[in-house]
Amino acid sequence: MKTVCCSILGFGAIGQGVAEVLLMKKEYLESIGLEVLVVAVVDSKGATVNPEGVDLADCLARKRKIGTVAIEKLTGVEVIRSVAHELVIETTPTNIVTGGAGLQNMLAAFETGKDVITSNKGPLTLKYRELMEAAKAAGSNFRFEAAVGGSMPIINLANEVLAGNRLRSVKGILNGTCNYILTRMLEERASYKEILTEAMELGIAETDPTYDVEGIDTACKLVILANAIFGCDATYRDVDVTGITKITPEALEMAYERGHVIKLIGEVSRERIHVAPRLVPINHPLAVRGTLNVASIDTELAGEITVTGKGAGPIETASAVLSDLVAIYGNR
Amino acid sequence: MRVSMDIELKDVPGQMLLALQPLSEFKANLITVLHHHQKRTPRKTVPVQLVLEIKPENIGAIKAKLEENGIKVVRVGEHRFRESINVVLIGHVVHTGIQDTIDEIDKTGFAEVVDISLSMPGINLLSSALIRIDAVGKEDLQKALGILKKVSVRKDLLMVLPIDIQA
Repeated sequence: MKTVCCSILGFGAIGQGVAEVLLMKKEYLESIGLEVLVVAVVDSKGATVNPEGVDLADCLARKRKIGTVAIEKLTGVEVIRSVAHELVIETTPTNIVTGGAGLQNMLAAFETGKDVITSNKGPLTLKYRELMEAAKAAGSNFRFEAAVGGSMPIINLANEVLAGNRLRSVKGILNGTCNYILTRMLEERASYKEILTEAMELGIAETDPTYDVEGIDTACKLVILANAIFGCDATYRDVDVTGITKITPEALEMAYERGHVIKLIGEVSRERIHVAPRLVPINHPLAVRGTLNVASIDTELAGEITVTGKGAGPIETASAVLSDLVAIYGNR
Repeated sequence: MRVSMDIELKDVPGQMLLALQPLSEFKANLITVLHHHQKRTPRKTVPVQLVLEIKPENIGAIKAKLEENGIKVVRVGEHRFRESINVVLIGHVVHTGIQDTIDEIDKTGFAEVVDISLSMPGINLLSSALIRIDAVGKEDLQKALGILKKVSVRKDLLMVLPIDIQA
């Protein structure tokens, strides 16, 4: 049995999802020879640390009851530097302006030779090359399947399963909030604002939906794909972005009458990165409904490969974190 | 311009060469040839369907030359527009001059707005239009979209293009 000592930095929806999945999958992990010992859980107020392994069920209960796991006043970086472990699971909130705590956590993790698995887009969008170089210099594993498309496998699919194929482009819907809004606007013949309010009430859109509806979130995911799959050195500035705020129910209806739906489509290749609402034929593989994400990879040998799945949700996103964890430690 | 041409050949050797020679002379680009050898006409001739890419001014000369070579030209049809797409425009589509938007495309000569659906839900609300543009060829279609893009930027219209078109 190999013991993997790890920390969970960031204990919001995703971090809690990771904790739940680790509890759920304890037996499975043991069956493949892995014991995952979480030695620290950190949220914005502080940390719970135990080198023998923290009680994840207790952390989840305390977080839900009092809103924090903080017992000690420690930050993520302090935990990385002071607590012995080998893997950092980085799930702090995304900040695409500065990279936020996530960037500091990742750099500190590599400085101390730790592996990193993350769902955090911000640092990857801003400092991809710097992070990859730091990971390489430290000999650390660095995986981030959860950062793009939630549960939907795309980075690992492109780089590992489809290895050997030259990939031409990836096209798809990478933001569930926008897909939900456009789907519902057509169904209800309701305005953008009405459906946005509905999406907020259901928790599908955030209180400040700007990142999602202006296409910024999709653009960030494309930047990560451009760098991770196509070997570019792209940043957010390289993306041509148009959001969905101007889309009208009348436009959706007219398009539908001619056999099309309107979807916010992200498109990335070596030449260009582009986000805009597009007309998609109703029976096209990318015309998925509701909050679903979908991506079509255009490959040299295998043709078009399309995957679809839930792009958000704590357990779904944690599933991508789990697959990264098994990919790093499972076959050793 | 793309043109389809139905001709009839006598069922004797060397006829196809006589049919192709005028095309070559006038630098027509032969796109397809359908030689219906099993399907004789009542005149015992063999029907052949051609699709050509030619300069419009050469059609008459090619036809005359074929007939001079003893080949019957049954029909000449113009396939002017081969490409067609739908584009959605959202914004103050009408107030910014929809006629002017259409004219910008129509005056190119290689593309035309052939259909338009329009919805104006109310004053101060955004209007939506779905227009169909036909163009002579793929490159012409891209050029027409380039023009429409400039017009859209100038008039602050959102242009929604089909997924298979290079934006």
